[in-house]
Amino acid sequence: MSTSKPTITFSRRDFMRTSSLASGGILIGFNLFTACKPEAKPPVDLASLNYNDFNAFIKIADNGAVTIFSPNPEIGQGVKTSMPMLIAEELDVAWDKVLVEQGVLDTNNYTRQVAGGSQSIRFGWEPLRQTGATARQMLVNAAASRWGVDPAECSTSEGVITNGAGETLGYGDVVKDAAGMEVPDKVKLKKKSEYKIIGKDTWNVDLDKIVTGQPLFGLDYKKEGMLIASVIRPPAFGQKLDSYDDSAAKQIEGVLDVVPFGDKIAVLAKDTWTAMKGKKALDVSWKNDSKLESTTDHDRILTGLLDGKEFQTLRADGDVKKAFAGADKVLERTYESPFLPHNCLEPMNFYADVRSDKIHLVGPIQTPERTAQEIAEKLGRNPDEIHLEMTRMGGGFGRRLYGDFALEAAEISHKAGKPVKVVFSREDDMAAGIYRPAIKYRIKAAVKDGKVTGYHLKEASVNSNMYGLIPNFFPAGAIENYQVDVAKHDSNITTGAWRAPYTNFLAFAEQSFFDELAEMMEVDKVQLRLDLLQKVKGTTDERIQYSPERMEEVIKTAVDKSGWGNQPDGVYQGFVNYYCHNSHVAEVANVEIEDGMPVVKKITCVVDCGIVVNPLGALNQIEGGVIDGVGHAMYGDFAFENGVPQSGNFDSYRLIRINEAPEVEVHLMENDFSPTGLGEPTLPPAGGAVANALKAATGKRLYKQPFIKYPELLTVPEKEIIG
Amino acid sequence: MPTYQIKVNGASRSVNVSEDTPLLWILRDHLDLVGAKYGCGIAQCGACTVHLDGQAVRSCVLTAAQVENKEITTIEGLSKDGSHPVQQAWKEVDVPQCGYCQAGQIMTAAAFLDKNPNPESQDIKSAMQGNLCRCASYSRIYKAVEKAASNMS
Repeated sequence: MSTSKPTITFSRRDFMRTSSLASGGILIGFNLFTACKPEAKPPVDLASLNYNDFNAFIKIADNGAVTIFSPNPEIGQGVKTSMPMLIAEELDVAWDKVLVEQGVLDTNNYTRQVAGGSQSIRFGWEPLRQTGATARQMLVNAAASRWGVDPAECSTSEGVITNGAGETLGYGDVVKDAAGMEVPDKVKLKKKSEYKIIGKDTWNVDLDKIVTGQPLFGLDYKKEGMLIASVIRPPAFGQKLDSYDDSAAKQIEGVLDVVPFGDKIAVLAKDTWTAMKGKKALDVSWKNDSKLESTTDHDRILTGLLDGKEFQTLRADGDVKKAFAGADKVLERTYESPFLPHNCLEPMNFYADVRSDKIHLVGPIQTPERTAQEIAEKLGRNPDEIHLEMTRMGGGFGRRLYGDFALEAAEISHKAGKPVKVVFSREDDMAAGIYRPAIKYRIKAAVKDGKVTGYHLKEASVNSNMYGLIPNFFPAGAIENYQVDVAKHDSNITTGAWRAPYTNFLAFAEQSFFDELAEMMEVDKVQLRLDLLQKVKGTTDERIQYSPERMEEVIKTAVDKSGWGNQPDGVYQGFVNYYCHNSHVAEVANVEIEDGMPVVKKITCVVDCGIVVNPLGALNQIEGGVIDGVGHAMYGDFAFENGVPQSGNFDSYRLIRINEAPEVEVHLMENDFSPTGLGEPTLPPAGGAVANALKAATGKRLYKQPFIKYPELLTVPEKEIIG
Repeated sequence: MPTYQIKVNGASRSVNVSEDTPLLWILRDHLDLVGAKYGCGIAQCGACTVHLDGQAVRSCVLTAAQVENKEITTIEGLSKDGSHPVQQAWKEVDVPQCGYCQAGQIMTAAAFLDKNPNPESQDIKSAMQGNLCRCASYSRIYKAVEKAASNMS
């Protein structure tokens, strides 16, 4: 099994360098991603590198003050706090004396800096601690050398080094000497019991700025001479620009330029409102370029794919056909989900200043390197000319993995010869989405002699199918005859990753299915899941991603903490266990009847993400992920009519609000496993837990999201309303 | 373009903008006060919330003419140093994830608690339901409003 930490092999010399700073103190640079990715190659010529070649730094000033530059993009997942915590722990400094800054990004020199897949902490765990420990050892070696003692007799605490005789030196006292010390090849990492920072509640490093409204986000970024660009794009997927008349737009006071590019037109003004007004005043004709698709088409096409024979098989164990042929009972169900927009509350935006000698880019982006490369390619420029800085992001959810808005900014700046910031209106943001694709799952199970003998999962999706690891999630390995098949429809509607891609809906489908399977088999719902897990224990199948033991523990803990099976009258529960993004999760939803309607009152969420780096941040991610999962399962809907999105703003697209949010009770498993990320794994199980609880409350099963679209399935039998 | 005199955070400011320019964009683009955020432009998300004579309002749907001769308070003017009890509670509870909606949340909560210092649970949820948080940090928003209320009483 491959549930443990990623394989890490590196030489410290490959990723660390130190030097004295002209302003005093030392700078320690390290290349996190060269260090942690086995497939990554070290930079070509280490001796020739300068500090721009490293993607995170520790700066120690002569007075001992420590600044840690956080390497990864911050989208609200908390890594700007938690990643520096790992360095500070092993550096052995007091956290309240550490200043954290976002590493300045330059995609030419910095590589593999991505926020995505809940992987930052998982991949950062080893190298970030190694880096802190290495810096600490160099400081200790410098102090020992000054004292003329063995470094082994020295200890550190909160930035102070003490020798065997009880003499002390601060990090600042020896920082200059340390810069000249050789980088040690081996350092000792702390034991878990020695942690002073890891595992302690640590507050968001940008908290003060956020609560006082200081500029932090891309939309807040300003630069002298910058113009705002409001862009009109084809209103339907499948349309392109035919002709346009910009005379009315140009008459608006403050509109400075109208710049057509590709099938889009940008209106430039000094301020946002004027640019947006100018865009509205454009008179544009569009022409059809390819088929204009509607939700009814997708519904029919995806069903056709599931009924058809053209599948790619991603995993096949045993012989499912044989299992179905010899089954006592067979259950087959189909589950359907709509497209979803990301709706980051900060709409897409990006600043670009394209000049003949250099390109300056600033804004919120989860994939700076790829985006810079795309811009260089688009403009026929050398990537070395690009300097890209990242801002804090008002949400990501996968949308900012795609740099389309940054490309627009670069193209407009290039054409207009001015620095511009592209700003999407909410309507632009919803209409120019890179949506979660609509997906249908069909699941079929065979039961013989009271055992599940066959399981066949089929996926029909728009544009892309589940990634390769997913077929190895639960219940892979638990059922002898097991097959996962996928098919897709190629559409002109743009689609991509949306928080917990595929699993965000697959978890609902599979976990609803297990409940129904248990009902058919007349066995306890949780017991069915536990029984399935037994077969996976001790498996030698390296492809299996989850640990049956850890899954079993979260299930048992969830049963215990939620009072599963012992709920008071009037409380209806739904159970889900799930593995994705390297974490094991179980959730129990409590539904109660209020005014004749079922209401989701509480979710008990048990998480095994290994060692919890920052419990305060972890709880926030978990609670948010659960409520986001409930919200989109309940309300998230996005339809197309002849290529045109049918929702344009929050008056026609429903997001969950505080009065609809259930209480979330969180339990974190305590163990010594290396930590895994929390940005995604608690979202997928939530929809299934709610659906299973609603079934318990209403007697009706939901097969389609969003649930709110099927009010007839959300009614309560008369007998439940009385009293 | 017409000139408007508006009072923001205690200071009188003169702005030249077209008469339909929303207060939100006056604050953000003309007065360099970017604490109020753009989220929807149609008073549905609450990210742009400011105080107008002490009332929580959506600055994205108010024009300069509508706010002349009134006291506007933005998050930057709620306190000098982040010491308003609601800001303090937000910090104690560590509410933000991405943080984008939080200035609007804080402004809504501050105006609400000013008039309802001892709110019931349901009052808090009703008062805050106009403010979207896409990260769904609702558990902590609720806790912070409760804490601010208890700190203020």
